[in-house]
Amino acid sequence: MSNSGEIWVIGEQRRGRLEEVSLELLSKGTALSQSMGVTLSAVLLGDEVEEVARELVFHGAEKIYLLEDARLRYYQSEAYARLLAGVIKEHEPQIVLIGATEIGKELAPRVAAKLRTGLTAYCIDLYVGEVGDAPHLIHVVPGWGGNLVMHIICPQRRPQVVTVKPGVLPKAVRDESRKGKIIKVRPDVRDKDFSRIETVEVVEESPKAKSVESADVVVCGGWGMNALGDFSKVQELADILGGVVAGTRPAMDKGWVDEARMIGQSGKTVSPGLFVSLGASGAMHYTTGFMGSKVVLAVDQNPQAPIFHVADVGIVGDLSEVIPCLIEELKKGA
Amino acid sequence: MGLEILVCIKQVPHPDHFSEIRLDVGSGRIIREGIPAIINPLDRNALEEGLRIKERFSGKVTVISMGPPQAQKALEEALAMGVDRGILLCDMAFAGADTLATANTLFYAIRKLGKFDIIYCGNETVDSGTAQVGPQLAELLDIPQVSSVQEVTFSDEKTLEVKRALEHGYMKVRLKLPALLCVNRDINRTRLPTVQSIMEVAQKEMIIWEARDIEAPPESIGLKGSPTCAVGVYEHKTGRRREVMQGSTEEKVQGAVARLKELGAI
Repeated sequence: MSNSGEIWVIGEQRRGRLEEVSLELLSKGTALSQSMGVTLSAVLLGDEVEEVARELVFHGAEKIYLLEDARLRYYQSEAYARLLAGVIKEHEPQIVLIGATEIGKELAPRVAAKLRTGLTAYCIDLYVGEVGDAPHLIHVVPGWGGNLVMHIICPQRRPQVVTVKPGVLPKAVRDESRKGKIIKVRPDVRDKDFSRIETVEVVEESPKAKSVESADVVVCGGWGMNALGDFSKVQELADILGGVVAGTRPAMDKGWVDEARMIGQSGKTVSPGLFVSLGASGAMHYTTGFMGSKVVLAVDQNPQAPIFHVADVGIVGDLSEVIPCLIEELKKGA
Repeated sequence: MGLEILVCIKQVPHPDHFSEIRLDVGSGRIIREGIPAIINPLDRNALEEGLRIKERFSGKVTVISMGPPQAQKALEEALAMGVDRGILLCDMAFAGADTLATANTLFYAIRKLGKFDIIYCGNETVDSGTAQVGPQLAELLDIPQVSSVQEVTFSDEKTLEVKRALEHGYMKVRLKLPALLCVNRDINRTRLPTVQSIMEVAQKEMIIWEARDIEAPPESIGLKGSPTCAVGVYEHKTGRRREVMQGSTEEKVQGAVARLKELGAI
């Protein structure tokens, strides 16, 4: 660790809108920069995205390196990786934080490999701690489906690059009175950046219902919902609680929920105020997807199910009895 | 002519047994003895894709893996699916590698093998699941790469258009071979070996290379070549209340709702 070299957050925008994870990175980046006494900066690539850059300032970035070009409108694999590696080499930040989105997961290894530096994937926390006698940035990552937690450091090479799992860290608070410096970097975009690989089309539906990551209550059904024949009770419960429906991998395989609502290691990570798990036994690759929830309620018929080890409140019982009863009870209170 | 196709795979512990993986608190080592090993599920999709491309354009499919001697079993399984040749990179000098050192090891092996038109990887493994080795390897090889590939369309033998998944949609990417693609599970349905293909395994080429065989500089592989290192492994403490309600269904439900109210969750 050192007190020279900035901390960088790579801002990710799609169609001029910041990804939520960028705001999560800024909250962690702010905490780290204050404890280390260094500047927190952000980098943003895109086309006419100065508004977005200002949002990064409002959320805590003191300096923005802004790279704008019409051809950077969408994520472009080689152009983004080369330009990003270029600004990193020029300004030598000591830490680079990237959101582990679909795009971040491709861009980060490309950039880190260009710089021949260390990269840690899917961090759930970062803090400065002592290893041996020296302070290091500790990268906390879940291992083995969330069964174990590993601490990783990058002792020598700089910058150290980490990706952070979306939906785990709190978002930075927006404050329009914050001032920051926007530094316009003229990107030298070359034809060659697009000759071997080029993004030709981006199709992103805005999710029809509220996304599972942003919901304050998530009601998640598993294989055990088979006993009720379908997912309608999960929806009913979610409606009463003002929450959204999600599912486990078996529930997705059944066609009850789409991939955007699958909770778990290979799906979404959520940290709502209340997570309700219905008819899921609690395999590690599922439970890792909601470990950040404030309160967890689990319902399953098997008293031995590991889900009860990761729940605050548990109900063992037949789902076809418990769920209707739960719905009635909640209606009373409403 | 045909295509030179390479598939990178990893042998991993079976995910159904992850909860049996324990930590030896004294040594800090992970205990995984007795846990069955399988080909990483998405790597099967990568193998399947490689075989399909060969069937379409003709060519040769090579499978490569870095791992302990028992990883040869995973390579034999790939040969039984129809792959032509297996390469195991096996040396204590490779041990302790992070993703960059792993990518380096694969890079030196590939340099020794010669040119490939297309390289397939599974998008991520079920064990460490970083999804990093594929793009890092592509960078070292200086070839284009796409992650989360769910559909591949060949415009001709040298140009592809791939559909890659985004959180709420997809992206279409055009790229020229040679290239590296990291595939997800939507791309295909994997095949099972046939009796015929299993019988043919014994005749197929299986190469085992050590670090000196691939002329990998010692400082770029294994623990030494890893910029990152693990300094601690801990059991994950959830800090949950673990309170299971008692009584009749009504009593359990009422108790649960009361508790959720106390906790401010509803």
